[in-house]
Amino acid sequence: MDIFTLAQLLAKIVFVFAVCLGVIPFLVWFERRGSAWIQGRVGPNRVGPFGLIQPFADVAKFFFKEFWTPAEANKWYYHLAPIFALVAPMAALTVIPFGSYLMIGDQIVNLQIANVNSGVLFILAFAGLEVYPIIVAGWASNNKYSILGALRGSSQIISYEISMGLALLSMLLVYGTFDLHSMVAWQGQKFFGFVPAWGVFINPIGALIFWISTFAETNRLPFDLPEGDSEIVAGYHLEYGAMKFALFFMAEYVAMIMASALLVTLFFGGYQLLPGVQAAVDAIVSMNGLSDAAAQNLKAVFQFGCLFLKVAFFMVVMIWVRWTFPRFRFDQVINLGWKMLFPLALANVVFMSVVVYLMS
Amino acid sequence: MGTINVSREYSVKEKMFLPAIIQGMIITLKRFIQGFIFHKKYTIMYPEERRNYSQRFRGMHFISVDENKVENCTACFLCETVCPAECIHIVAEERDSASNPYGVRKEKKPLSFDIEVLRCCFCGFCEEACPKDAIKLSRNYELSILSRQEGIYDLNHLKREVKGRG
Ligand code: SF4
Ligand code: SF4
Repeated sequence: MDIFTLAQLLAKIVFVFAVCLGVIPFLVWFERRGSAWIQGRVGPNRVGPFGLIQPFADVAKFFFKEFWTPAEANKWYYHLAPIFALVAPMAALTVIPFGSYLMIGDQIVNLQIANVNSGVLFILAFAGLEVYPIIVAGWASNNKYSILGALRGSSQIISYEISMGLALLSMLLVYGTFDLHSMVAWQGQKFFGFVPAWGVFINPIGALIFWISTFAETNRLPFDLPEGDSEIVAGYHLEYGAMKFALFFMAEYVAMIMASALLVTLFFGGYQLLPGVQAAVDAIVSMNGLSDAAAQNLKAVFQFGCLFLKVAFFMVVMIWVRWTFPRFRFDQVINLGWKMLFPLALANVVFMSVVVYLMS
Repeated sequence: MGTINVSREYSVKEKMFLPAIIQGMIITLKRFIQGFIFHKKYTIMYPEERRNYSQRFRGMHFISVDENKVENCTACFLCETVCPAECIHIVAEERDSASNPYGVRKEKKPLSFDIEVLRCCFCGFCEEACPKDAIKLSRNYELSILSRQEGIYDLNHLKREVKGRG
């Protein structure tokens, strides 16, 4: 591995994690301010302009709180769980492509941290890991409410993982590849010359199932049964305080970003430019008479911008949904997962395979 | 009497959930726009803005004084007797006649007058019972304290300047 490869790899890692962790304070702010607007309140507006500094004040508070461990907890697993919760979705982010490629000198820099050629399996593996911090945290805290939350979390996540996997499978049939980069490239085609060939237009039912499942996977309302504040206090992270709670809190947002990014990559064209942006890029290139390499770099920047916008849209919708719906009852969650989404996803896979067979 | 079951058949549209979900999300979107763009709110910015409570609001106690800053209370013990929470404790004393220009009207006075406000239920009975209109409840509702000791209002505290009901 030469110096250039190492440097660009490090730069990409720093960039992705900086963007991902950097937007969390803003998301937290939006979650609180947005909920206030929806509910006719004002929300945090004292710290900084529009209350934008509020999340940083929260972090400062978290740092100075007592670092408390329950006496009866299993110390090792108790401390492992929040770290795990944050690391698993972060690791899954590494295979999400966030642009096509950059030209630096005559070198091509692929805008994806880890170019795993079975990226989908990698993501599924790490998305599957998200259930472990919940179980470990709930069990290690040695608290009845925590263990109830952990049990709910595990059964819910496992139920929805199946329909999520089946929705993914139907898309694998269409793309015929496990590599996320080639999936996004595939979605760069156009139907009839103008409709972008996004997965959602080919397989809307799969997209819907996948979307619903991501809510359950990230434990967001209306599927936040593992936390269920009104029923089991705070569920699996009940015994966590100070920075350990903050890690769980951040992990929730990282998982949301990861899930939205995956949804966008699979069904909404990933980093493919939004309609109309291509024309803007072309205009800038022809106006300044840029070289091919510079034009490609500019395009990559715009591609990242488009991916960012798309992910931001789904994040906003997630927050919007949270402040719209009440929590499901547990039997409703399981019924929805096994009696509606699972058969629907299965039928969809069969349907898609017939369609793909007839088309080819 | 058993339970009356009023369940009905759901229509296909209702079973689909999604139309209802979209309906709900449109409602919250409207609320969001109202809050975000038009700053519509039902809450107030509390320490700067205050709600105007009724004139009859029962808040922090005080004892009214006359123009010489002498408390109107004559230690008749009616408030202590009527108080359902038994939180008023009075020790009575004779007012020395030299410093009592009111003669027989104010022969007695409280040596100490303590209200354990942490036990008080703000029923206002003390105010109703008082023949001298001495003890009253003000409209001040900011009663937070930092120690239990501050939760005992003594005579000095009660005699502070409070204008009328204010
Ligand atoms: S308001 Fe009621 S409870 Fe409070 S001191 Fe007066 S009589 Fe007692
Ligand atoms: S406050 Fe009124 S009721 Fe209570 S002892 Fe004094 S005069 Fe009597």
